[in-house]
Amino acid sequence: MRGAFSRLISGIREGKFVYTGEVSPGKTTRIERLIDSARTIGRHVVACNVTDNPRARASMGSLAASVAVQEKAGVEAICQMTARDRNRLALTSDLLGASALGIRNVLVMSGDHPSLGDNPSAMPVYDLDSAQMVELVRRMVDDGTDLAGNRIDGEVRIHVGVTANPNADPLEVEVAKLERKARLGAEFIQTQAVFDIEVAERFLDEVGGFGIPVLIGILPCRSFRSAEQIAKSVPGIRIPAEYFERLRGAEELGERASVEEKVDRINEEYFAGMIRELRGTARLAGAHIMGISYDRIVGTIVEGVERGFR
Amino acid sequence: MIITKKKPFEVIDEGIRPFRKVFIVGCGTCSTVCQTGGEAQVKELAERLGGKCAGYAVAESPCDVRVLRRDLAPKKGDVESADAIVTLCCGAGAQSVADLTGKVVVPGLDTLFIGKIERIGSFYERCRACTDCIILDTGGICPYSRCAKGLLNGPCGGQIQGKCEVGGYQRDCAWVLAYNALKGQGRLEVFKKYRPPADKSKKPQEISGRR
Repeated sequence: MRGAFSRLISGIREGKFVYTGEVSPGKTTRIERLIDSARTIGRHVVACNVTDNPRARASMGSLAASVAVQEKAGVEAICQMTARDRNRLALTSDLLGASALGIRNVLVMSGDHPSLGDNPSAMPVYDLDSAQMVELVRRMVDDGTDLAGNRIDGEVRIHVGVTANPNADPLEVEVAKLERKARLGAEFIQTQAVFDIEVAERFLDEVGGFGIPVLIGILPCRSFRSAEQIAKSVPGIRIPAEYFERLRGAEELGERASVEEKVDRINEEYFAGMIRELRGTARLAGAHIMGISYDRIVGTIVEGVERGFR
Repeated sequence: MIITKKKPFEVIDEGIRPFRKVFIVGCGTCSTVCQTGGEAQVKELAERLGGKCAGYAVAESPCDVRVLRRDLAPKKGDVESADAIVTLCCGAGAQSVADLTGKVVVPGLDTLFIGKIERIGSFYERCRACTDCIILDTGGICPYSRCAKGLLNGPCGGQIQGKCEVGGYQRDCAWVLAYNALKGQGRLEVFKKYRPPADKSKKPQEISGRR
């Protein structure tokens, strides 16, 4: 096994239970909000994902934002890269730039189709798919070449992760697809949000044999409405009625400040409890906590989990 | 078959406005089956154009220049008297007409895709002419034409219960179909196989010369 280039991978290899967070650069030229978010989240996580035009909405580029997150917020970035907007030339050049500028983790994915986004007439590129992007990164890192075999000057020092959806139905197709990516050398998995411990356990059982560390995706919702929004807009997500009910209950009465506090408590109990239980089974490498416009919850949940292990 | 759809009459009308006389060419093959450029549609357009129409012909297959030449020969005078030609055929046919006649071509149809026909009005895209057919490896499902992202190692995260996120979960996910087909054939190991990046340079294709 080659050396670890990043805190994320060295943490996993040392057997630490790792946490990652997520920031979205947005359709803006103002970088302060992003940096603030990364700082807030960064106190509690080993690395932070930086999204790449999520939901196919044109946003500040993930590579530029990743560099800013590392340099201005001092938080290790996991630069998300989709196959949607760039062909293999552009992806190769972004990876060269990423390595040169100190980005040490990328998460590759196909990316939501442009027709779902805010420029629906855009050409869907998908010159490569996410499996082929794993091959691209591994060729660049291991062989020092691009996909066509052209030599690269200097070392490429990047770890490559992939996504997976434990809620996928049928799950067997998702698992077969991950087996492909495992053989290609994917180094970590960050999953789509899971709300149900049984869904997570079944997934971990299925992929346990592939030898890739799994970070389970957690998506604490800020309010009942935001949970509804997420259930509607994120493909393949399943939010149990119990979670909705608890949020609704918290919002029924009380001052705004006390509602916020109650919702935070619900999320802490719900997700910290779930992570603790999964962590106990020792098949889980970590948790990927995505708090959409809800940065403060990351620390709350991490603290909640860690308290149980002190 | 090449699946086509009619352009709105107003668009054709606007296209022919600068011209005094137009000739109409239909297609006796694909566009006849699609009911976009057969005898009936050609006549209908001719009637609508009235005195502006110099004549019409339904070539058996306008994309085949030999056939087109043969089928336009009896109408040579009408074709020559026209300033432009309205084509009710696919883009390949329309360009053959332009090449052969040297006239301005006003396309009357939009070419949609290479597809399967179940019945009139039920057309399904099945081929993108990718130049390297791989359906042996995919359970007979073409991912270029049937996966919205054209992935070679799908499915992506955008499928739910075998339906595709593109178009609101109405269409089948090509890769779930491929998985089920290969599973049914006892060939799941083929599904799990990694398919490396394909040559997508898509240079304009020409095959010429004799064997």
